[in-house]
Amino acid sequence: MYSPTYAAPTTVDEAVGLLANASGAARVLSGGTDLIIQMRSGRLRPEVIVDIKKIAGTIGIREEADGWHIGAATPGAEIGEHAGLCAAWPGVTEAVQLIGSTQVQGRASFAGNLCNASPAGDSVPGLVAAGALAVIVGKNGKRTVPVEDVPVSPGRTSLAADEFVYEFIIPKASGKTSDAYLRFIPRTEMDIAVVGCGITVTLDASGTCTAAKVCLGAVAPTILVLDDAAKILIGNKLDDATLAKLDAAAQAACKPIDDKRGTIEFRTKVAGVLARRVAAIAFERAAAR
Amino acid sequence: MSKTHVTCTVNGEETEFLCDSNQTVLDVLREDLGLTGSKEGCGSGDCGACSVLVDGRLVCSCLMFGSEAEGTSITTIEGIADGENLHPVQSQFLKHAALQCGFCTPGLIVATKALLDANPSPTDEEARYWLAGNLCRCTGYDKIMNAVHAAAAELRGESA
Ligand code: FES
Ligand code: FES
Repeated sequence: MYSPTYAAPTTVDEAVGLLANASGAARVLSGGTDLIIQMRSGRLRPEVIVDIKKIAGTIGIREEADGWHIGAATPGAEIGEHAGLCAAWPGVTEAVQLIGSTQVQGRASFAGNLCNASPAGDSVPGLVAAGALAVIVGKNGKRTVPVEDVPVSPGRTSLAADEFVYEFIIPKASGKTSDAYLRFIPRTEMDIAVVGCGITVTLDASGTCTAAKVCLGAVAPTILVLDDAAKILIGNKLDDATLAKLDAAAQAACKPIDDKRGTIEFRTKVAGVLARRVAAIAFERAAAR
Repeated sequence: MSKTHVTCTVNGEETEFLCDSNQTVLDVLREDLGLTGSKEGCGSGDCGACSVLVDGRLVCSCLMFGSEAEGTSITTIEGIADGENLHPVQSQFLKHAALQCGFCTPGLIVATKALLDANPSPTDEEARYWLAGNLCRCTGYDKIMNAVHAAAAELRGESA
């Protein structure tokens, strides 16, 4: 019978050693809401499971000078209960809470959602739009990369076999900066995004956008960072002409799959609609700061 | 075969078990500890029939390895009543006939208790979102919602 080895190291070094020295495939376990299903279905058969949750710093939220540090395996429910982080980054925190049910929220984490590397992961576009960094540890030490550099294709990440995400750093939302994330699903709960969109904007006192980051999920093999769309917002207010250009840019960037949950035409159109709606919410929130 | 030795608290009692690393908490509860109240509807986090509290937090026991339970405190449906006295959520489910086959009921009761611990006065919308991960194929949910609100009122000390 298939029986992997389970290890729950208490230090980063120990965890990295287990990953580096595994004879067969090793998998990092954070909340497990994807991994356990994939193992049960037989899709994944790791020989070693490295549970990182006993390592100090992998669960919890700290506000530091360089931003919000969020432990890789912090469950969505705990993120949603953190008043300070939710006030600072409403889009990021709402997005993670869209994943699954209340029960799934009790386990599911940013790192799991990111490293599962589905283009439809709800928590990823929000993190990317917010400029979040992933702190990755491995046998060569620590490196910090933008979140968008982690997924490379469906189910694959840029992490080496001995590496794992230890924590995320989300910058402080300074000045009139805020964010939003929306997704389209055919039901009201418990579904996977057909399209997702996260946007962060910074406004000046007149309401003109001075900085922006736009990210789409579920419309290409990986999440998409839309530099064109950000440039459309920068220097402008939230007027009809700007929104129309944003809509067109979002649609132009889409390279979606065609399936029963959404045709190419539908996903493309919805990407434009969501971009408009998300921009409106982000502008409104930023203006209120 | 690699087994993990786990010590945790289940329904207030210190419990030890040896589990295979592929076993979930649900497997351990049902197969090794004889606690068959938690049900397996899907085994993939979709139905909520396996809901338990781990350190007070509502989770699907099918989405957690038994090995991960080390040092935790788990409450299952078997730990909700106070001895012979049903918890108000349980008695209101009975009173409102909020079950037919009963397969979803243990999970719904655990999830409702967690809801009312966190939010003693949920709106109907809040309660329905909280319980969206608990599927019931029989009741159509109306009687369940009636029971949830009646239990909330009883726990707030209002006479129903
Ligand atoms: S059996 Fe766990 S959610 Fe269905
Ligand atoms: S009573 Fe049968 S599934 Fe709910």
